[in-house]
Order: sequence, then C-alpha cells, then structure tokens
Amino acid sequence: MYQTNYHRAASIQEAVQMMGAATEGKYLSGGMTLIPTMRLRLAAPSDLVDLRRIAELKGIAVDGRSVRIGAATTHEEVATSSALRAICPSICGLAGHIGDPAVRHMGTIGGSIANNDPAADYPAAMLALDAVIVTDRREIKAAAFFTGLFETALEEGEIITAVRFDAPAKAAYQKFPNPASRYAMAGVFVARRDNGDVRVGVTGAGSSGVFRHPGLEAALSANWSPDAVANVTVDASDLLTDLHASAAYRANLVRVMTKRAVAAA
Amino acid sequence: MGVDGIGARVARKEDRRFLTGKGRYTDDMSVPGMKYAVFVRSPHAHATIAGIDATAARAMPGVIDVLDGRQLLADGIGNLICGWMIHSKDGSPMKMGAWRPLADKTVRYVGDAVAIVVADSVAEARDAAEAVVVDYDPLPAVTDPVQALADGQPQLHPEASNNLVFDWELGDGAAVDRALAAAAHVTELKIFNNRLSPNPMEPRATLGIYDAGDEHYTCYTTSQNPHLARLVMSAFYNVAPENKLRVIAPDVGGGFGSKIYIYPEEIVCLWASKRTGVPVKWTSDRTEAFLTDAHGRDHVSTVKMAFDAGNRITALKVDTIANLGAYMSLFSSCVPTYLYATLLSGQYDIPAIHANVRTVYTNTVPVDAYRGAGRPEATYLLERTMETAARELGLSPAELRRTNFIRSFPHQTPVIMNYDAGDYEASLNAAMAAADWNGFAARKAEAEGRGMKRGIGMSCYIEACGLAPSAAVGSLGAGVGLWESAEVKVNMVGTIEVMTGSHSHGQGHETTFAQLVADRLGLPIDSINIVHGDTDKVQMGMGTYGSRSGAVGMSAVAKALDKVEAKAKKIAAHLMEADESDIVIEDGVLKVAGTDKSVPWFQMALAAYTAHNLPPGLEPGLKESAFYDPANFTFPAGCYICEVEVDPETGRTKVVQFVAADDFGNIINPMIVEGQVHGGIAQGIGQALLEGVRYDDSGQLLTASYLDYAMPRADDLPSFVVSTSNTPCPNNPLGVKGCGEAGAIGSPPALINAITDAIGNNQLTMPATAEKVWAAAQAAN
Ligand SMILES: Cc1cc2nc3c(=O)[nH]c(=O)nc-3n(C[C@H](O)[C@H](O)[C@H](O)COP(=O)(O)OP(=O)(O)OC[C@H]3O[C@@H](n4cnc5c(N)ncnc54)[C@H](O)[C@@H]3O)c2cc1C
Repeated sequence: MYQTNYHRAASIQEAVQMMGAATEGKYLSGGMTLIPTMRLRLAAPSDLVDLRRIAELKGIAVDGRSVRIGAATTHEEVATSSALRAICPSICGLAGHIGDPAVRHMGTIGGSIANNDPAADYPAAMLALDAVIVTDRREIKAAAFFTGLFETALEEGEIITAVRFDAPAKAAYQKFPNPASRYAMAGVFVARRDNGDVRVGVTGAGSSGVFRHPGLEAALSANWSPDAVANVTVDASDLLTDLHASAAYRANLVRVMTKRAVAAA
Repeated sequence: MGVDGIGARVARKEDRRFLTGKGRYTDDMSVPGMKYAVFVRSPHAHATIAGIDATAARAMPGVIDVLDGRQLLADGIGNLICGWMIHSKDGSPMKMGAWRPLADKTVRYVGDAVAIVVADSVAEARDAAEAVVVDYDPLPAVTDPVQALADGQPQLHPEASNNLVFDWELGDGAAVDRALAAAAHVTELKIFNNRLSPNPMEPRATLGIYDAGDEHYTCYTTSQNPHLARLVMSAFYNVAPENKLRVIAPDVGGGFGSKIYIYPEEIVCLWASKRTGVPVKWTSDRTEAFLTDAHGRDHVSTVKMAFDAGNRITALKVDTIANLGAYMSLFSSCVPTYLYATLLSGQYDIPAIHANVRTVYTNTVPVDAYRGAGRPEATYLLERTMETAARELGLSPAELRRTNFIRSFPHQTPVIMNYDAGDYEASLNAAMAAADWNGFAARKAEAEGRGMKRGIGMSCYIEACGLAPSAAVGSLGAGVGLWESAEVKVNMVGTIEVMTGSHSHGQGHETTFAQLVADRLGLPIDSINIVHGDTDKVQMGMGTYGSRSGAVGMSAVAKALDKVEAKAKKIAAHLMEADESDIVIEDGVLKVAGTDKSVPWFQMALAAYTAHNLPPGLEPGLKESAFYDPANFTFPAGCYICEVEVDPETGRTKVVQFVAADDFGNIINPMIVEGQVHGGIAQGIGQALLEGVRYDDSGQLLTASYLDYAMPRADDLPSFVVSTSNTPCPNNPLGVKGCGEAGAIGSPPALINAITDAIGNNQLTMPATAEKVWAAAQAAN
C-alpha cells in the first residue's frame, strides 16, 4: 500500500469538505474492495475519508412497503433485519450470501453500489427493484446510475447517502457463484409488482455490467411462472467471456437462474 | 499398547501452540538490525535484459542497497540445479539450462527475479523496487508444452533445442507393440493432468543473517528439509561452506512439496546479508506465491491399453509430455520419470509396459513435486483408462479390476518396482461395502426424480513411499542418498529428546514420533520431545516429502531406540546384578523378568550419567544415533469410491459421498492418519473439480489470486468415509507404509469417473468445471 492520509468524517458535510481538500481522495466505507485494491497498489488515493461513523448514513427504515437503507449499512445488517425480511426477504437473502461473514460485517450497500463491480449482487437488485440512489445532492434512478464496468453516474465528491425502493409483491435472487471468488458468474434478481410489472436484473454475465433483460421481463409479465422462461433466448453476444466461463454458458445460466428465481419468489 | 503408544488416537502435542497463535514461523523471526527485502521481478514471460538502473531506487528513503544479477555472478554464486540426472533414450544427459538466482541476461517467466532491494521497511523496499528501471527487450513466449516442442517456437535455453529437456523411456516397447497388435481389445485415451498451484497456508519466507565476526551464515527458511537446503546451498550454489551455514526451518505452515526446493530468495538473502552487512528478511506475499512457488503436474498423455479375450490386460503404452516450466527445479526430472512411469502397473498384473516421457521448457514457473508427485499422474491415467475400458468392454468397473489384480507378493512389475505386500481386493471390498455400491441404482433413480444426474466412480491406486533405498535411487540418477537420521538423547533424569532429520510442517511428527518412543519405553508422552528443523541441533537429515517420515524417519528413530534400549539394559542389569538378557522394559521400569527386581527408567538414566556404578568399560551417558536406509520403497494402496450428483441445467457437480479404504501398513496414530487422508482427498477433489493454473498466450499468469484460482472449501466437500485394512510393510521395523499423499493420489480419477458416469460422456478434463460438465452433458444428449 502506498502512503495515504486517513480522515474520519462525522457528518456528510464534513466528508464533502474533507474530500474537497484532498488532492486525490477516496471515500472509504467498509473497505472490503478499496483496501485490498490499495494493498495491491492498484489504487493510490492521497486521502481516505471514512464514512462509517456518519449517523445519517446508517440504518434501515421501513414504512409500510417503502424501504430506505442508509449507505453505510453493512450486508450483515441487511441480511438480519427483521423489518426488511417481513416485506422483502429477497434482499436479505442476497445480502446474506455476499462474501463471507467477515466481509458481510464490514462491507456496505453504499460501497457495493458505488463500486459497481460487474459481478456484485446489489446492483442487480437495485435495477429489478427500481430503486432510487440517494446522494448528498440528488436522487438517481438505478437505471441511470449504473453506467458501465465499475462506472456510475456519481460525480466528483458525490456521496451516496441511501437507497430507497418500494417492496414488490414478489421477488427473489438466484446466483450461480464463481467457484473461486464466489461472486456471481451469473446472478438474477426478479421482481414483480401488483400491477404486473416485472423487472429482471442480471449481474455477473454482462460484458458491460449489470443490465435488465427485456425478453425475460416480457415473458414473465405475460406469464409469471418458471415455465415462461423456457422459450426465451438469452442472446450470448452481449455477454461476458472470461477465464471462468463463456458467454454461451453464461446465457444458459441467466435463463436457469431466472427460472429458479421465479420458482423461489 | 499404552494409552500414548502406537495405535492410540493421541491428540496432537503441537496443536496447543498452533491453535493459540503461538507457532513460530520464519516471518515471526526478528533479529537486531534486521532489514527487509523486496524482489524486483520480471513482468515479461520472456525477455532479454538490456540494462538495470537502480540509481533512483538507491536514493529513496530507507533504502540500504539494490543488488542485481551481475553482482551476484561476480561474487561467484552458482546456478540453481536439478539434483536428479536423467538420460534421454539416445544416451544424452538432460539439457539443464542455466537458472540464475537473479537473472542477469534473460528472464524466462513472469516473476523471474532480477534484483533485490533491501530497506528499513517492507513498504520502503517496495517503493524502491518500483523505481528500479529494468530495460527489457521482450521476446516471444510459449506456455503450452505440446506447442513448445514444435518447430519454430520460442527457444528458452540454448542447450535444449525445441525446448526438449529429455526424451526418456522405460519398459519394453517391442513387447508392448506385439501385445497391442495381438489384442482382443485396445482402449485408447488422451489424458490431461492439470497444472496446480500448491498454496500452503504459510507463504514462503527467509531470513538471511551473515555474521562477519565468524564468517558464519544463518538461514531461517520455510523448508521441508533444512539439511538438504544447507547441502545444496554450500555444495552447488557456493553461498557458504557447509560448516559455516546453519539452516533453521522453524514451524512451517504446510509445504505439499513446494518447500522442498531451494529457491532463489534463500540464496539471494544470504548473499545480500553479507553484501549489506545487515540481516535480510523476505516474506512472499500471496501474489508472489502464485507467481513463483513451484507448480505441480501439467502432463499431456496418450495411452493405449491392450486386453486379451478374457479381459486381462496384456500391455500398456503411454506417451507423456511433461511441462517443466522455465527452469529445471531441484527434483523436477524425477517426478515425471521415476516417480511416475514406475507406478504405471498400478494394482494390476500387466506383463508389458512402455512409457515414453518428453519433458519441455516453457515460459512458466518451474514445475516440480506437488503432493503425490508423479504418482497422481500415473494413477489418474491408469484409473481413467480402466474405467473407460470397463465401459467399452461392458464390464462392471470392479469386475475388470478384480480380473487384473496382482494377488501374490512379492510382485515384480515390468517398470522397476517390486511390490512387497498388499491385498487390493480387501480394499476394494471394504470400499464397495462402505459406499453401499449395490444400493447405487436406487439412489440414482431417486436423484433422477429430483432432476439430478447421479454417478459413481472408483479408483484403485497404488503409490510408492518411503523414498528411498539410496543405492537404488543413486543408480537411477539421484544426486543424494535418501536415508534418514535420528538421535535419541536420554536426559539425566530420564526425559527424552529425539533429534530427527524429518521435518514436520503439518504432519504431526511431534506426536507420532513421541508415540513410538512412549510405546517402546512405556514413558508418558509428555516426557518426550521431538526436535527437528535446525541443522545445528539435528545431526543430519534428508527431510520430509514423498510420505517418507514414518517409513524412513521413524525407522531411524526405532534403530536408535534399539541401541538406547540395549545400553539401558546393560546398565540396569549391572545395577540389579542380573543378566542383561533377562531385562525387560515395561511401563517406564526396567525389570528382571520373572522376579520382582526392578529399576525405574529415571534411575537407570541417572546412573548412566553419574557413572558411579557402570559396567566395566561402558561409556557414561545415554545418547544413541542411527542412520536408516530403506531396503525398498513402501507401497500404500487402496480403493476410493466417489458418488456425485450433477445438476444438468448448470453442470454443477456436488460430491455427495466419498469413501476411502486404504492400506497404509501399521498405523501409529489413526486420528492423524485420517487427517492426512482428509487433507489429501480435499486436494484431490480440488484438482478434479476446481483448481487449474492458467497462463495466457503471452505468458501472463491469469490465476494469480484467489479471485481466479479456485481452492476447495468446506462446502465443496462431503464428510469423508475413511477406513483402513492393513497389510504390514515387511521392509521396515515398524511395518508402516506412509499416508501423506494417498488422498491426493487416489481421489481425482474416482471423481472424474463418477462425473462421466453421471453424464454419460467420457470426454471430460480436469478441472471439471460446471461449464465443462454442462457442455459434456449437452453433447451426450
Ligand atoms: C472476500 C470478498 C468476497 C466478496 N464477495 C462478494 C460477493 O459475493 N458479492 C458482492 O456483491 N460483493 C462481494 N464482495 C465485495 C463487498 O460486498 C464489498 O463490501 C463491496 O463491494 C464494497 O463495499 P465497501 O463498503 O467495502 O466499500 P469500500 O471498499 O469502502 O469502497 C468501495 C468503493 O466505493 C466508494 N464508496 C464507498 N462508499 C461510498 C459512498 N457512500 N458514496 C460514494 N462512494 C462510496 C469508495 O470510494 C470505493 O471507491 C466481496 C469482497 C471480499 C473482500
């Protein structure tokens, strides 16, 4: 790791100020992505501004079916929230299968979304849940937030403060883990609203990051059942081929994970 | 058998310190004035070095010095060597290319060391290492061993045209060809044995200390064989004379073979300590471990197995290409030859065998022994072939094996080995019973109902341990003898220290070796200490690899104990005015048989050292040493049965049952043996399902972290069902055979046989990733 300066912010305002004063600063949340990257000398921020002690960024609020999760809420807190489980258990299940217990006790939803790893789990949920990403300066629809591999709509110094969404009638997440990293080789989050609106968020498989699959959404809107997926073709040409799997195999996994998610929802 | 003696499930003595964080590993060592090293490594798989400029690096904060390969060469430090001479079938010696500890002209794999930076802290050393400017002229690289042999490929070493290190054969090729021509059936197969990264929990580390006052060197290192490290560094690398070099391998956190070899870092840190005048410590990080620890396996083979009309094997023909990487590592030449082709008879009576092995340089990290070393390659090839043949011949896999088992001993195979004892059918029967083989059809039908494809596969392995009779291996090219040494020191009040040349890095020697002494003398295990891993404390040794510590290391202890017992009896007989032939040792007491006269052990020991009343002419003291040179290899064998369920929609394989029935000869500590088998099977399942080193065409290592290299985890594994049915080894005093590698040797073919059975397609390579299994299952439909 290169030398860096550590700052702990007590408020959002202070964090923004600290970031403004830094030459090349980075926000630090759970550190589960940023710290290993720094240790490998692949990132060299001059300053780290730690967000975890900012009270406004913490906690889960459930009001009827609307949900607000503070950006600095850990995966473990999401996984074990009974209020959340009562209305949207799928997001708890997703969080409970991120990494290992140590990662879940440190890593946060804000960090995960800001990082937008193409194989991370939360981004698929954000798309399928039609979530709103709340920042210190605006609100961004998930569909506009995730812009590419490790790319988001966040501007210089912008802080995610929370995510908001309304719990759908039915939802489930199914992930086929990469055997090495256990990140998603393909992960599919399906959500269905009472009005029949269906969204399918896919992670791990896209060559330019998380995406919605219109074909699967149309099939499931017409017929919300695992069988409806059988006749949908998942085009492999937009999917990722890497060391671990070919695009053709990922296309198969997207279909199978979707089918299983619908069955589980 | 006492509570602590041979055969008892004694809890491991060493676990207190390991489990409470009190282990002392090389990186825990700290000496006054110690500084830290970071190596500058090649980012290219193949390049010439046009120049190295360390001016800026030397001026950086905390930097003591930056040293490179030209200085190392000027100081007369030698090349790394391979210690086992193999001759090609045309009689020419293997083509050993120069491996400089710091490359001075050419780098040949990503990670090849070119310079060392010594600084006040690791961070400063790392900063400075980035500032060392190495001017590389990149050359084309080759990583695939088959491709490397072809014409027109990049050439790694001038000695080795077409990158061929040697072209070696074993067995009677003409007899094999005749049998193939006359065969009723021939099974042919192409076999890939995947390349593995060893991944011990503790990464390599070394601390080099030069004492200018005594012109003496101390090397702390993560070694499985400190005496061998001293020998090689003094005799071949010209680091220091043997009497001026102390090598200490303290607690070592796993080796699996990768810590047998002497690597550039030990040599360079010792040399750098002399050059800089400060002790120099280097600790590998995990990325460096992936890049530089010797890899294992990486074979491409074709096999032909001939059968007569009665389904008896009449011949086996094997052609293997083995990737040795960029340089010949210490034992790299014997792994794909004498540890491989000599085991190709397996458990079967095969009249004619011929193996041809070509070894090849590629722009990859050197390949050497990894848990099993050669024997997993032989077993995988043979047991995949047997399974395939059974399917082709329409026989049950058990029946084909039974038809061909060796049933009388000793048995001379056509490939050097003389099997001394075994009962292969007993292991097969035990495994089939434990696996409920006959109930498989019902389980398969039940799984079918859940949409899962269930398969079953077996593997009957044999391996050779107890490396090795020195004269025999010497005649085959080994540069060293493979005896072991022990010293048993009885202290003045009777407690005991055993100095052994074996090295424990996870095997539990501190417990099992103490059990042997406790068993022989009837003393409590806590009064016995096992001392290992320090060339200043332990007289001599050859170290631990090839499952040799029990069969060879403990046999040396047993021999030393014979001498201790004989002298103790003399002293006791004298004290009790009895005849020494009437003395028996029981429960820590020396008794005159048939009388009530006795002397406690501690009193006899005290008498040995007070020397007030010893038999005339007997030397004071009670300390005896012995060297043990084995009479033969030992031949552990067994049968493994694996049951899997494959999810046909994703290709994901779940190992639902794994049965191991082993013959390890006599067992010292069943708990430790089971632990060794569990660990071995986990590694074997890792190889078969998950692990695989991958380089891209330019020679960059793609699997350089745990994000990309899949290690087996607890939830990848079932609970293992293990048992032993043992035939004692007739060739060593303890009747033991060795159990350290069996699990890794026997398991991969059982798994692949099970998966191919489940999906109905025999075309599958390791690691059997979900995608490969899915694709193979699709192709079968
Ligand atoms: C062993 C391991 C396994 C893992 N497995 C999985 C897995 O299976 N699935 C999965 O999805 N993830 C996995 N992760 C990643 C984990 O979920 C991380 O926690 C997450 O990606 C990043 O969250 P963090 O809080 O640690 O963020 P950090 O590492 O602190 O930060 C990540 C990035 O986000 C920025 N950032 C952080 N918070 C904010 C904010 N509020 N506003 C703006 N920018 C911000 C940082 O500046 C940084 O660039 C794994 C990680 C590890 C180490």
